[in-house]
Amino acid sequence: MTGSHAPVAVRLDPRVGLDALVRLLAADGYRVLGPVVRNGVVEYDDVMSGDDLPTGVTVEQAPGRWRLHHDDSGLRFAWTPGAESWKRYVFPARQEVLRIRRTDGSFAVTRPAPPERPFAFLAVRDCELRALAVLDRVELDPSHPDPRYAQRRAGTFIVAVTCGTPAATCWCTSMGGGPQPGTGYDVRITEAADHHGHRLVAEAGSERGAQVLIRLAATAVDEHDLAAVRSVAEAATQSMGVRLDGAALPTLLADADDSPHWQVVAERCLSCGNCTMVCPTCFCSTFSDHTALTSDGSAVVETVREQSWASCFQLDHSALGGRAVRATTADRYRQWLTHKLATWQEQFGTTGCVGCGRCTVWCPAGIDIVQEAAALVAERARLNSAGDFRT
Amino acid sequence: MDSLADLGTMPAVEPMEPTPYRVTHSRRETVDVTTLTLVPVAAGLASVLPGQYLMVWAFGVGEIPISVSRTLPTGEVLLTVRAVGATSTAVVGTTVGDVLGLRGPFGTAWPLAAAAGRDLVVVAGGLGLAPLRMAIDAQVAQDPTRLSVVVGAREQPQLLYADDLQRWTAAGARVHLTVDAAGRSWHGAVGTTTAVLERLAERHEMAFVCGPELMMTSGARAVVGCGVQPSDIWVSLERNMHCGIGHCGRCQLGSQLLCRDGAVVRWDHVERLLEVRGR
Repeated sequence: MTGSHAPVAVRLDPRVGLDALVRLLAADGYRVLGPVVRNGVVEYDDVMSGDDLPTGVTVEQAPGRWRLHHDDSGLRFAWTPGAESWKRYVFPARQEVLRIRRTDGSFAVTRPAPPERPFAFLAVRDCELRALAVLDRVELDPSHPDPRYAQRRAGTFIVAVTCGTPAATCWCTSMGGGPQPGTGYDVRITEAADHHGHRLVAEAGSERGAQVLIRLAATAVDEHDLAAVRSVAEAATQSMGVRLDGAALPTLLADADDSPHWQVVAERCLSCGNCTMVCPTCFCSTFSDHTALTSDGSAVVETVREQSWASCFQLDHSALGGRAVRATTADRYRQWLTHKLATWQEQFGTTGCVGCGRCTVWCPAGIDIVQEAAALVAERARLNSAGDFRT
Repeated sequence: MDSLADLGTMPAVEPMEPTPYRVTHSRRETVDVTTLTLVPVAAGLASVLPGQYLMVWAFGVGEIPISVSRTLPTGEVLLTVRAVGATSTAVVGTTVGDVLGLRGPFGTAWPLAAAAGRDLVVVAGGLGLAPLRMAIDAQVAQDPTRLSVVVGAREQPQLLYADDLQRWTAAGARVHLTVDAAGRSWHGAVGTTTAVLERLAERHEMAFVCGPELMMTSGARAVVGCGVQPSDIWVSLERNMHCGIGHCGRCQLGSQLLCRDGAVVRWDHVERLLEVRGR
């Protein structure tokens, strides 16, 4: 965030205050997107009022398991994210890239219109915020920025939220994050429910965030509110612990290519690609032509070039000269895990994993990325101590 | 997010937008390989360095990476393409007057500046001669007497660019041809390029190698036997490139995004990765 701003922080009523925030952002011209409960999961979709956001919703997460529960707590942010991430909006699963028409002796290209309004993302967790930053590094690489991504990402207003109730599968603290977003937001909300009452503490992280909070005309926070913000974050951090040394993984996994453990995982992995589809940073994609049925009688006259999400678990992902380079599930799992946790660092100067745990939760076989990475690291350590250094 | 707001208002260059080129000449090289000559319909692409590739788009079919086999001072690019899948078959099937869309040039180039004044061996297998042709042309123009070219093909009719092979020889380069299977009219060497390198036992200081992956790995090792340091050997690797700019993730080999960090890479940077099956 650039620019200086006064430390603006206000106390919002969990119902009325949140509703006012949603309506103010919409009135300011943003397309307001936030969590909604639909089909038994938390999705991110358009919200018109504060009441569209979940109330009294908690989530149980385990490898291969995600269950929504309702209670009468009235809490607004006690849920954890579902399969969907904000990637859906900045990098849609399927998007038109170009529309190309045959002309006399050549072809003419038209580009899709940019979004009419900038997005406002509501309830962005630290892991989600870091995932957006990872995607930015890939898609806005200065030598070849993706103009469609840049247009969708431009001006995004971020309402972050402190993660008070991390799930059992969350491991952001191992991957350089934590329950409390530290930077990169316009407004940060922390939900507190203690003997001082149930309220949302909203703190500005940017000048425009401060302007929004000032216009909400809410009560300024007191020391109890700010103490509650700290204690919510501390309790959540302590509940998680650190499961792996994420920063060391690129080094620890560098010589794991020949490990027998890939085959051990492959015995369980279905190669379905769910992990890549729910990952908030996976960016692999494919480009394809979609031709319309319109024709000038002799040839197709218009084609749409589309970009759609792809997965390294698809056999044709590594197709080369009519065969797949990564022919086995073990090959493909190795590509996925080593890319996410190791080689991404060298490619883009950042880790590819934010520790959100989605890949573990939405894996139909319940394969836990942390356990598998830990097993590989332990195996490397055993080999090294046995003197089997690979050169 | 002020910096991102700026990006959104930037005049957006669309790296995925193809530039129309018209086919002006189509030459059948072998039974399934054709060289197309293409001229820009309007403004053309930036100039191509030897070893770089273009993304070639056939209307309504798809897009494939093709190394440039020659450029002409008048702006034409020559692409030598083998019909394998739907898109390459459509590209090979174009006739004079047809229009294709080109993007690029992408990727790394053969390090010709580093080869200046050194004994260079160029090893090509099959269609692998196409991405090397511009580099050989440049070296022949500079210092043909310090150049050896070893070209292998399955059979004599699959040998590409007969005119160029003769011209390089006439200019003073040592050109060695070999085929896997000899027909009645073939009186030259039989066997792999690796076998030729081992038999000739010439001494070299630098090597460019391009062909099928197994041919490149055995070829690079044979070149080491000719006295070339692994860090002076360069190979051109291919993967399933879709975007050309490191965004689609399909061309990964370990930490390399070959569309961006390749196709031309240093042998000692990839040797270990190529030894891993299915990497």
